[in-house]
Amino acid sequence: MSDAIIHEVTQSEYKYGFTTDIETEVIPPGLNEDVVRLISTKKNEPEWMLEFRLKAFRQWQKMKMPDWTHLNIPEIDYQSISYYAAPQKKSISSLDEVDPEILATFEKLGIPLEEQKILSGIAVDAVMDSVSVKTTFKETLAEKGIIFCSFSEAVQEHPDLVKKFLGTVVPACDNFFAALNSAVFSDGSFVYIPKGVRCPMELSTYFRINTQNTGQFERTLIVADDESYVSYLEGCTAPQRDENQLHAAVVEIIAMKHAEVKYSTVQNWYPGDKEGNGGVYNFVTKRGICKGESSHISWTQVETGSAITWKYPSCILMGDNSTAEFYSVAVTNHFQQADTGTKMIHLGKNTSSRIISKGISAGLSQNSYRGLVKVGANAENARNFSQCDSMLLGDKCGAHTFPYMEINNESAIVEHEATTSKISEDQIFYCNQRGISTEDAIGLIVNGYAKEVMDKLPMEFAVEAQKLLQISLEGSVG
Amino acid sequence: MEKQYIELYKAHHQLIKQNSAAIINRSRDAAFAKFESMGFPSTKHENYRYTDLKPMFSLDYGLNFRRLNFPVNPYQTFQCDVPEIYSYQFFVVNDSFYPPKKKHNGSLPEGVIICGLKEASEKYPELVTQYYGKLTAPQNDALITFNEAFAQDGFFMYVPENVHMDKPVQLVNIMRSDVDLLANSRNLIIIEKGAKAQLLVCDHAMDDVNFVANRVSEVFVGENAVYENYKLENTHNKTANLSTVLIDQKESSDTLTNLITLNNGISRNNIEVEMNGEKCEAELCGMMVGGGQQQIDNHTTIKHNKPNCHSNELFKYVLDDVSKGAFTGRIFVEKDAQQTWAYQLNRNILLSKKAKVRTRPQLEIYADDVKCSHGATTGQIDEQALFYMRTRGISLPEARLLLMYAFAADVIENIRIPSLANRMKMLVEKRLRGELGMHEGCTLCMH
Amino acid sequence: MLEIKNLHVSIDGKEILKGLSLTVKPGETHAIMGPNGSGKSTLASTIVGNPAFEVTSGSITFEGKNLLEKDPEERANEGIFLSFQYPVEIPGVSMVNFMRTAINEQRKYRKLPPMSASDFLRFMREKKALVDMDNKLTNRSVNEGFSGGEKKKNEIFQMAMLEPKLAILDETDSGLDIDALRIVANGVNKLKTPEKSTILITHYQRLLEYIVPDYVHVLHDGKIVKSGTKELALELETKGYDWLK
Ligand SMILES: Nc1ncnc2c1ncn2[C@@H]1O[C@H](COP(=O)(O)OP(=O)(O)OP(=O)(O)O)[C@@H](O)[C@H]1O
Ligand SMILES: [Mg+2]
Repeated sequence: MSDAIIHEVTQSEYKYGFTTDIETEVIPPGLNEDVVRLISTKKNEPEWMLEFRLKAFRQWQKMKMPDWTHLNIPEIDYQSISYYAAPQKKSISSLDEVDPEILATFEKLGIPLEEQKILSGIAVDAVMDSVSVKTTFKETLAEKGIIFCSFSEAVQEHPDLVKKFLGTVVPACDNFFAALNSAVFSDGSFVYIPKGVRCPMELSTYFRINTQNTGQFERTLIVADDESYVSYLEGCTAPQRDENQLHAAVVEIIAMKHAEVKYSTVQNWYPGDKEGNGGVYNFVTKRGICKGESSHISWTQVETGSAITWKYPSCILMGDNSTAEFYSVAVTNHFQQADTGTKMIHLGKNTSSRIISKGISAGLSQNSYRGLVKVGANAENARNFSQCDSMLLGDKCGAHTFPYMEINNESAIVEHEATTSKISEDQIFYCNQRGISTEDAIGLIVNGYAKEVMDKLPMEFAVEAQKLLQISLEGSVG
Repeated sequence: MEKQYIELYKAHHQLIKQNSAAIINRSRDAAFAKFESMGFPSTKHENYRYTDLKPMFSLDYGLNFRRLNFPVNPYQTFQCDVPEIYSYQFFVVNDSFYPPKKKHNGSLPEGVIICGLKEASEKYPELVTQYYGKLTAPQNDALITFNEAFAQDGFFMYVPENVHMDKPVQLVNIMRSDVDLLANSRNLIIIEKGAKAQLLVCDHAMDDVNFVANRVSEVFVGENAVYENYKLENTHNKTANLSTVLIDQKESSDTLTNLITLNNGISRNNIEVEMNGEKCEAELCGMMVGGGQQQIDNHTTIKHNKPNCHSNELFKYVLDDVSKGAFTGRIFVEKDAQQTWAYQLNRNILLSKKAKVRTRPQLEIYADDVKCSHGATTGQIDEQALFYMRTRGISLPEARLLLMYAFAADVIENIRIPSLANRMKMLVEKRLRGELGMHEGCTLCMH
Repeated sequence: MLEIKNLHVSIDGKEILKGLSLTVKPGETHAIMGPNGSGKSTLASTIVGNPAFEVTSGSITFEGKNLLEKDPEERANEGIFLSFQYPVEIPGVSMVNFMRTAINEQRKYRKLPPMSASDFLRFMREKKALVDMDNKLTNRSVNEGFSGGEKKKNEIFQMAMLEPKLAILDETDSGLDIDALRIVANGVNKLKTPEKSTILITHYQRLLEYIVPDYVHVLHDGKIVKSGTKELALELETKGYDWLK
């Protein structure tokens, strides 16, 4: 990432906490069928899209928040949230038309929205308060037949593709938050990589919640056709606010025959302050399907933000010989709570998956890994290896591990290892002796501990993520 | 389905109480009220995802509230004359303690009391009052509640301060009936400060009818006391064996729980070890051999409530045919329980296409100076080792057996009574060879 | 005794042996040399029937019998022994139990009654002395925690116990210290009778000074590219393999 962001993140507390003054169109708080219809109308959506939303909404009304987590989720008043907020200006065709304030915001975030940042080689779709602001490099990508655009645009321009794949991996009523998202999502990103195409650059979406009292409900759909490849990055920040903000996203990935999708996230939503005020509630459903044979999906996540995180990027290994990976670092400090992990569902033959999860808890936080490895009765020769480690910094935090293994085929080999331990005092001392401060030593050690995961991040994200780890833990040593 | 039990209780609670003791009756109505409101858990309940209680309780069972004597003389049926396993031997037939004959056991060490729980409640009310229901009270489990409402008797053992038992105590649970039978029995075991005892529990089913045994044991282990608990299950495919063991450990105490299941129908072991003093040691291990339609679900919880305690858990399953195994291992480290070491390992071998295993290790940790780990593996027998053995001329089935014995070996090594370890080794090997029949009487004592 | 004709072997679809032929007569000692990865261990594994290797064409007969039809244990009981380059560790299976099972399986194959426990222990003691095998090792699980050299010794000890007609030693010399090498080589020589044959796979002339081969073959890229007498080994020691490629 650019120097700006490195500079930003090296400052101690949450540095993304600014708000942007732009004219925003916000609909009044509250949720009912009319609101769902209004969102759909505002987005000028076709009838089938509205139907999809309404169906989800009706189901959602009958559903309950999940209660099996190791999270303490305060009562959320879904009627006090505004479900649509959009920067006023619409249908931007060139960067000149984008509100300079917005550009400045993304500038601050270090997001190369400008065309001249071509050298950094990342195509970005920036989503502010649920609405996609600008997608760069669209033309370059279009030459290869790659579609990378905002979700709303995809609904207008590529309705057949959207209709074909939307909700096929995460059904509209998969769970409480997915249903809510399906009903009210306002925008997000859409990616389609045609057969045989290797996407020449990293695709990236930057999400930002700006407006007060709004929830962000974006939706991402990535379709990688036969023998294609794409690496996708997702970053998120939010302003510092005393009240909690709700973020409920859905990501769906479809990998066809021999296709490969890498999805990396650096999640840095506002975590709340040291006293536990404010912060984002991050309830996300991410799931990919290795649909074709020999396809591959890889999730990498660095989770440092949010007051509460509820998120299990998962893979369904349906195609024979398909492979999937989940690499995660989750850091919690102060009053943060995280319940995160993955599900690997083996259905095809000769499928293999790998799970590496590193949890780091500090302060008064609670950090849980929750994961499922399931081997179906016909999934011959399935392989899974899981390693879930937790590190504790301080004696008032908690680290928990809840893996589930359900094996219905005798040819499976499933291995799980987990350890929980304190940060090594010997290592800190060794660093101290070499003149390294304890704070820096912890940064070093934690980064070393998380290295296996960090190495999986694309270069552009790795530096930022490293800094983030260090910052999130500042003030965690007594 | 709960309804039949609710009605049964309402109709017969007087009878149940009349045939039990005042102390046991004290919490009965409250337990019943709780059961009435909660019912049996469905498989949606986190703790019972892998064992469905509903079908096993929906049959029309007999319950022996009147405490009629069943025509059985366990002393004749179960001649235990294997010299290696010298023990004090006691029987619980269905849900009632079987009055022992002195000539079979000689006399117990000074101060030790072993008798039926009903008898103990009448003869030693202060002792029983001090302990009975103390560990079950905070629990919120349907099987315990159900047991507390219906159980009338069971096994009672008291080992006073600093008494070291000279021989293991053997408790043989026998299910004996001509009609389908449901038995609730309740055990209370008190090992006082500095005392030492070993209990060997053998579960058997004698008749070809459907049995449900729902047993709850409360175990109190005092400061510096040592308690070893071995359980061998060799019942049959119509037995549902539900067992809850709650262990309370005081400072510097040491417990071992070792479970071996060879033949059964559906088994569910709920084991909870709570370390309520510093420097406790707890070891929990099990070897489960499943074939046919056997179902074995071990649900264990180890609570590290105080600093400097160590726990070690090892569960192994070998599953064949359409058998199902489940293991839940919850380790809970309380705030300030520093210097905790907790290790857990679950290893499973699936021998057939249709065998299934569910594993759920759980670490919940609220202290930082801890060393905790768990591992779980499911796989097959090591192909390389098999090949190596075959190049030495060992046939494939024999090589497989050798590797399976090796697999079971470390659970058996945890048995601290050498003669019992030898016997268990022999039995496990026989079972793995498919030569151990179901309910052949006392397998431990058979020649 | 052993007759290999035009053998092609693949693993995971990759061809490793590409038409190898070799004949070993009773009493002969053959040395097989060749660069790393040329297929020496593959050949040994194929002879003893490792299921991971697929014979795509060619034949192997042993004393006139088609080996390829036989299970690994049958081949062993026919009298073929492989000292593995990397012997596996088998935790939980004691050496004693392992060897007793192997001996008795062999006896069963030959329609002999099982060996009594005392005979077995005596027999074992005798063979241990032969390779100077430490008691401590035989009391442990098979190869578990053995050092590299100890594993190799253990292989030769097992060979002494099973008294094979054809012994294949895959780099049994690597990892052995000088004394151990002499002891192992002496053991091999002592076990040798005029009917017994040996295939030595090695990288070093050193072993061949103790166990003198009748023939030396060079294996390269899945084929025997040169055969000669013991002088060939000396030549290889100075010149390397490049001149043969
Ligand atoms: N299990 C396997 N899977 C894939 N390739 C294999 C396997 N085993 C051997 N090979 C390959 O086959 C080739 C021959 O291996 P082999 O072990 O027979 O060589 P070698 O001549 O014994 O070598 P060395 O002198 O190093 O012991 C090598 O390229 C090796 O990588
Ligand atoms: Mg080799």
